[in-house]
Amino acid sequence: MRSSLSVNLPGLSLKNPVMPASGCFGFGKEYSQFFDLNVLGSIMVKATTPEPRFGNPTPRVAETPGGMLNAIGLQNPGLEKVVSEELPWLERFDVPIIANVAGSTEEDYVRVAERISKAPNVHALELNISCPNVKTGGIAFGTDPEMAKELTKKVKAVSEVPVYVKLSPNVTDITRIAKAVEAGGADGLTMINTLVGMRIDLHSATPILSNKTGGLSGAAVKPVALRMIYEVSQQVDLPIIGMGGIQNAEDVIEFFYAGASAVAVGTQNFVDPFVCPTIIEELPALLEQLGYNHISECTGRSWKKHEQLAYHRA
Amino acid sequence: MRKELCEIVSNACIADSIYELTLSGSIVNEMHGPGQFVHVKVTGGLDPMLRRPISIAEINKAAGTFTIIYRKQGRGTSLLAEKKRGELVDILGPLGNGFPVEAAVNGEKAILVGGGIGVPPLYELAKQLVSKGVKVISILGFQNENAVFYERQFAELGETYIATVDGSYGTKGFVTDVISERNLRGDILYTCGPTPMLKAIEAGGYAPEVYLSLEERMGCGIGACFACVCHLKGDPDGHSYKKVCSDGPVFRAGEVAI
Repeated sequence: MRSSLSVNLPGLSLKNPVMPASGCFGFGKEYSQFFDLNVLGSIMVKATTPEPRFGNPTPRVAETPGGMLNAIGLQNPGLEKVVSEELPWLERFDVPIIANVAGSTEEDYVRVAERISKAPNVHALELNISCPNVKTGGIAFGTDPEMAKELTKKVKAVSEVPVYVKLSPNVTDITRIAKAVEAGGADGLTMINTLVGMRIDLHSATPILSNKTGGLSGAAVKPVALRMIYEVSQQVDLPIIGMGGIQNAEDVIEFFYAGASAVAVGTQNFVDPFVCPTIIEELPALLEQLGYNHISECTGRSWKKHEQLAYHRA
Repeated sequence: MRKELCEIVSNACIADSIYELTLSGSIVNEMHGPGQFVHVKVTGGLDPMLRRPISIAEINKAAGTFTIIYRKQGRGTSLLAEKKRGELVDILGPLGNGFPVEAAVNGEKAILVGGGIGVPPLYELAKQLVSKGVKVISILGFQNENAVFYERQFAELGETYIATVDGSYGTKGFVTDVISERNLRGDILYTCGPTPMLKAIEAGGYAPEVYLSLEERMGCGIGACFACVCHLKGDPDGHSYKKVCSDGPVFRAGEVAI
C-alpha cells in the first residue's frame, strides 16, 4: 500500500513531507541522540557559507509571546568542513538532504552551490536569500526581484540538483519575488524565513539582541506564513515547502491547504526535540479523519477545488 | 538525555524570590555530574514558548528525585513558582557537561565560590566532593540577608562563608573580599555566578586549577541552534567557539573568553 505521506518534489522523493527547517537542527547530530533521523522526510541543514563564520555576538535570542527572535548571524563551519565532515556523517541515514546555501556576494552563493550540490546525499539546494541577520548578502538578495532572479539563474547554472529559493516575508509583495525567482529558473520555493523584529530591555532601555534586530519565528508567525503561501501558490507554478510556526499535525494540514506541498518545522524543535517524529506519526490518522487518502490532496485546497497540480501527478 | 513529565514533590520559597523545586522521575537515573542542567517547559501554552535552563542543585537517586533552585524573575519562572505538589513539569535533560569531580582527589582542598542563583549547582558538587574525601570551603555571595539560601546545607559539608553586597549578613562586599580577607587558597576552585564575579575569580589565581560555570541565553539547550556560543580565550575574534549548553556550561578557566 502506498503511504499516505510520500511526496515527490523536484529532486526529492520523500517518504513523508515533514522535515526540520534550516538553522533549527544543526547538521542533525544533536537530534540523533533523541530519535532515529531515518523517520524524517528530509533535513534542511544549517546555512553554509564559503568560509567559516562565527556569527553575531550574544545575546542572540530573545523571547516574545508565542515566538522567539534570533540573530545568530549564519554561524557555520564553512563549506569545506560541511562537505568533508557534516554531510558525510549524515550519509548513514536514508534521508535526502536539502543544503541551505548562503553568502555575502553572488560569487559566494555560486561557489557554495557548485560544490555542495555534488555531495551524494544533497538532493536539493535551498537558496538562502532571506537571512535578516547578516550585514551583507542574505536578505538584500531576497527583497529585490531583479537581484533574486539573477542570483537564482547563476546558482541554477552551476547546481547539479534542483534549487529551491527561500523567500523572505520582509517585503511589500512576496508574489513579485516569487515570480522573479520562478523566471530565474527556480525549481521550488521554501517559505517563509523569519520576520524582522525587536525586543527592548526594560532596565537598560537597549535592544535585547546584540544585533538589535532579529528574526521572529514560532507560532506567532504562522498566520503570516499561511497568507503568503496562499498568495504565492496561486501565482507561481512551483512547489512550496512551507514553514513558519508549525507545531503539530493540524498545522501541517493547514499549510498544505494554503498551498504547500511539504513542510518544515523550525523553532518547535527547540521546545520539543521530538516534534518532527510526533507529527509524522500523527499525520496518517489525521488525514484519515479528515477524509483524505493522500496528503497531496490537501495542497492548495483553500483556493482550488478538485484539480491536482502537475508535480503531484505521476 | 530524555524528555519526561516529572511530578512535583515540593516547590517552596526559600529566600527572597528564590524557589526550591523537587521533582521525581526516572530522568534522575541519568543524572551524574554536578553542574548539569535541565531544560524546563513551564507551561503547555505559548507564553513563554521556550524552555528555561535551570541547573541541578541536588540529585537523590535513592528517592528518585532531583532538586532545582530558581529565581522568580520573569514570566516563565513566575508561572513555575505557582506550581503545586503533584503537578507535572515537562523536563528535558540532563544537559551539558558539569563540574569535573574527578579533578579533585581525596585529601585535597576545594574552594567553591557561588554568586546568587549561581550557588545551587555547587551544592551537589560539594556533596560529591565531600563524599570522596575532598575538603570543601564554600564562599557564597548574595545581594542582601533576605536573598541568602542554603547556608546551613553548605555549612554541614564544610567551612562556609557568606558575603552580601549591602553587608546586611556576613561579610560586606563580594565573594572575592572574603577570599582576600581570609587568604583562602585551594588545590582546585569551582565557581558559578554572574560574569563579573567569574572574571574576578579567574583573574584572582586562588587555585592552580579553576572551573567556571557560565550562563547564557539559550534556545535548544542541546547544541543545535548556536544561540549560546562563546569565543575561545586564545582566539577572541576568530571562528573557533564553544557552545555553553553542550560543550559547557562548565569550562576550565582560560579555555573560553568570558
